[in-house]
Amino acid sequence: MEYEAVIGLEVHIQLLTKTKIFCGCSTDFGAPPNTHVCPVCMGMPGVLPVLNKKVVEYAIKLGLALNCRINKFSRFARKNYFYPDLPKGYQISQYELPILEGGAVEIFINGGYKKIALERIHMEEDAGKTVHKPDGSYVDFNRAGVPLLEIVSKPVMHSPEEAGEYLKSLRRIVRYLGICDGNMEEGSLRCDANVSVRIKGEDKLGTKTELKNMNSFKHVEKALEYEIERQIDVLKEGGKVIQQTRLWDEKSGITKPMRSKEESFEYRYFPDPDLVPLIIDDKWIDDVRKTLPELPKEKLERFIEEYGIKPEDARVLVEERELAEYFERAAKESKEPQSVANWILSELLGYLNRDGKEIKDTLIKPEQIGKLVELVEKGIISGKIAKTVFKEMYNSGDDPEKIVKEKGLIQITDRGEIEKLVEEVLESNPKAVEQYKAGKKNTIGFFVGQIMKKTKGKANPKIVNELLVKKLEEK
Amino acid sequence: MLYKKTLHELIELVDRGEVKPLEVFESLLKRIKEKDEKINAYVNYFEEYEANDRVGILKGLPLAVKDNMHIEGKPTTCSSRMLSNFIAIFDATAVRKLKENGATFIGKTNLDEFAMGSSTETSYYGVTKNPWDTTRVPGGSSGGSAAAVASGEAIAALGSDTGGSIRQPASLCGVVGLKPTYGRVSRFGLVAFASSLDQIGPITRDVRDAAILMNIICGFDPKDSTSARVECEDFTRYLNQSINGMKVGIYEKSLMDCSQDVQVAMEESVRILESLGCKVSPIELPHAKYAVSDYYIIAPAEASSNLARYDGVKYGFRAEEFKDLKEMYIKTRWQGFGEEVKRRIMLGTYVLSSGYYDAYYLKAQKLRGLIKQDFDNLFKEYHCIISPTTPTEAFKIGEKADNPLQMYLSDIFTIPANLTAIPAISIPNGLSKNGLPLGLQIMADVFREDIIFKVASAFEREFNIRDKLPLD
Repeated sequence: MEYEAVIGLEVHIQLLTKTKIFCGCSTDFGAPPNTHVCPVCMGMPGVLPVLNKKVVEYAIKLGLALNCRINKFSRFARKNYFYPDLPKGYQISQYELPILEGGAVEIFINGGYKKIALERIHMEEDAGKTVHKPDGSYVDFNRAGVPLLEIVSKPVMHSPEEAGEYLKSLRRIVRYLGICDGNMEEGSLRCDANVSVRIKGEDKLGTKTELKNMNSFKHVEKALEYEIERQIDVLKEGGKVIQQTRLWDEKSGITKPMRSKEESFEYRYFPDPDLVPLIIDDKWIDDVRKTLPELPKEKLERFIEEYGIKPEDARVLVEERELAEYFERAAKESKEPQSVANWILSELLGYLNRDGKEIKDTLIKPEQIGKLVELVEKGIISGKIAKTVFKEMYNSGDDPEKIVKEKGLIQITDRGEIEKLVEEVLESNPKAVEQYKAGKKNTIGFFVGQIMKKTKGKANPKIVNELLVKKLEEK
Repeated sequence: MLYKKTLHELIELVDRGEVKPLEVFESLLKRIKEKDEKINAYVNYFEEYEANDRVGILKGLPLAVKDNMHIEGKPTTCSSRMLSNFIAIFDATAVRKLKENGATFIGKTNLDEFAMGSSTETSYYGVTKNPWDTTRVPGGSSGGSAAAVASGEAIAALGSDTGGSIRQPASLCGVVGLKPTYGRVSRFGLVAFASSLDQIGPITRDVRDAAILMNIICGFDPKDSTSARVECEDFTRYLNQSINGMKVGIYEKSLMDCSQDVQVAMEESVRILESLGCKVSPIELPHAKYAVSDYYIIAPAEASSNLARYDGVKYGFRAEEFKDLKEMYIKTRWQGFGEEVKRRIMLGTYVLSSGYYDAYYLKAQKLRGLIKQDFDNLFKEYHCIISPTTPTEAFKIGEKADNPLQMYLSDIFTIPANLTAIPAISIPNGLSKNGLPLGLQIMADVFREDIIFKVASAFEREFNIRDKLPLD
């Protein structure tokens, strides 16, 4: 019997607003404990929440990008539960009337596109953090009230790989929109997974488990792989999957059930009477629409079309908005966009990876890459020299022309000059010439090396080759 | 005898340079020291006069504030053990506005714990006594404010009203109490009981004082999302106007549940209104009979959530001994809250639980809509609706303490105004055979405090009990 996994993901993204969702406190990460707090986010008696409009704007942005239905009327609801890092004893979230419904995240998998349908997206506030120390437990409320969007997919994914692609695609989009930095390790993007298995071909969903505590894309996929296999094993042995929440244990690579006590939640959702219903009019949506950037898929298609670069290169370039914009600025400077792409993808990203840096950190201006490609194309420097020039550009941020000039790296293309050099080399290496004549044609490489040595690599290799062959044949 | 004066009388005296606000403060402090041991109107009163540099209409005159609103730097106990050690770190918006208009403060008044009650008997700091008869309750939950104003321990005070908590004690203590339209006065800094019902309002000795305080505390507050963007107006201009030709509805059916004293008083008040040119006619409120039941689902539901923050983690009371987090929660809340608060938290938790939500909470919300519809229809025809504020005179201390349902019914006439957001005032309506004050409630459509002030002021000019207040 063949089994099929069914996966739905719940993703929380922390929004990059300057202030919290219901008060004016800063959302900056990493401040000393309880320094970004006020009576409102601490849940002092007598305080009231006031909605940060920016949060709504960001939600609308995401809704437009994912083709969600934007509800003109939505409500905040209280999710009631006790926990020390939940200052009010309830979390302000949305329940019956979320801001966004429907829509889809498009993923690229097995060489084609697939739409992963969404259930809903809603706004809510983050809780604080409980820190357990040997002498007791401490609560840091800096994070309490940081705005979140919870993105709930429909249970329509069937492999860990699909789930991984979904996450990557979603992350790419929220980063493009500039609404979330998508950093899973720091917790600004968090993912829980609902997973069940069923016999392939059946419509009815199997009993699901909820997986938590996965702190990277890799671990989401690993946890799903493990859990799917575990559930299939249970079913194969004639057992039943128990509906429960399971924690991914990174170290042992398995999922473990959470104590059942913590699961029996009764959240007693009800509309928050401290907040009025949220009304969104068409104008607001239109205003936000005007701020939408070009999204990754559109950009990808345009790059292939407009610059004629290889699709696989374009796909890497659009991975990050900054990288894509960098490429585009460089490509505009050059008649050879594919060469520009090559330089960026192999050389620039290579250096940046080596140094653990990002595209925004590089000293090289995109226009300079374009110029470098131009220098090679015009034959002013050789491809090999260009690598040296590039290294210098990477280190200093200097213009390639300046480097070429200062270091005297301009290619020797004067045929007369090269001819003279060829003659010199042939004369001082009679043995090699004999070998060539005897049929060892690869001796030509030796002669080229000699000439490059004399010219410090500046001689135009094409001309060198051509003249060498000519002179040797004449002998 | 400055403590006997009304706020507007004192404003004039200070204006004319005949009285200094400090003298008023001292007069009040003296009165409090004589009286409060017996009345117990205050949780905390202030020994030191803290002058207010800002020149404003209130001229530095001292007011009392119910102890569920914050005055920065002063304790806010909500008459609960849970907040017995809590010091406010900011001013409630209403308090800030009073300060900006030159007010000073004499103290924080007693209330039913977290404003849950109709008698102040649930206060952690003991019951407040009715100054007219100290064997009786002053009403509640703003019993401390009403008793203080009636007994001369305060000139005027702020109260809060969730189901009648301003009007019912005002009625039982023979003073004026106004619950404004929901959203008129910012709730920021008022410790929430039931957020969709709570409203701050004045408790004063006459209607003019209520208008003066309303002028100050009203207005949109960006810190309260439920506060209304409605222009603040000068309510004093509605005083002493003719109410000739006004259409007044009276809910006659309600009188059947009232004591004979109250029925007689209502008949008298109808005659007075008619003599002032009003046309008084009986009205129907088809859903009013469900109002108390409705309220006791919605208010506890909201309260159960609003009071979840008192968990011993961040501030307030924390139980001393516990072996783990769960036990800390349980002991803290068990010891920190009184019986009535716990009853309502349980009730509210129950009605919000899955499986019961639709049957109780959702149904109650629908009913709330129907009650609102009743009133909306009436206000198309009537300028205002009158009823007794309470079905009886002040009851004896302990009389209803063990019977919550009986206690809840004492708010039968006041609750509809909270459920429907409309403004309602209670003004003195004579005395019972036992010489205890009774109240007349006047309700108008949302944001029609103008009508309330017109009618209340005209009525008061014809009929008041100011000379009978227990001020001596």
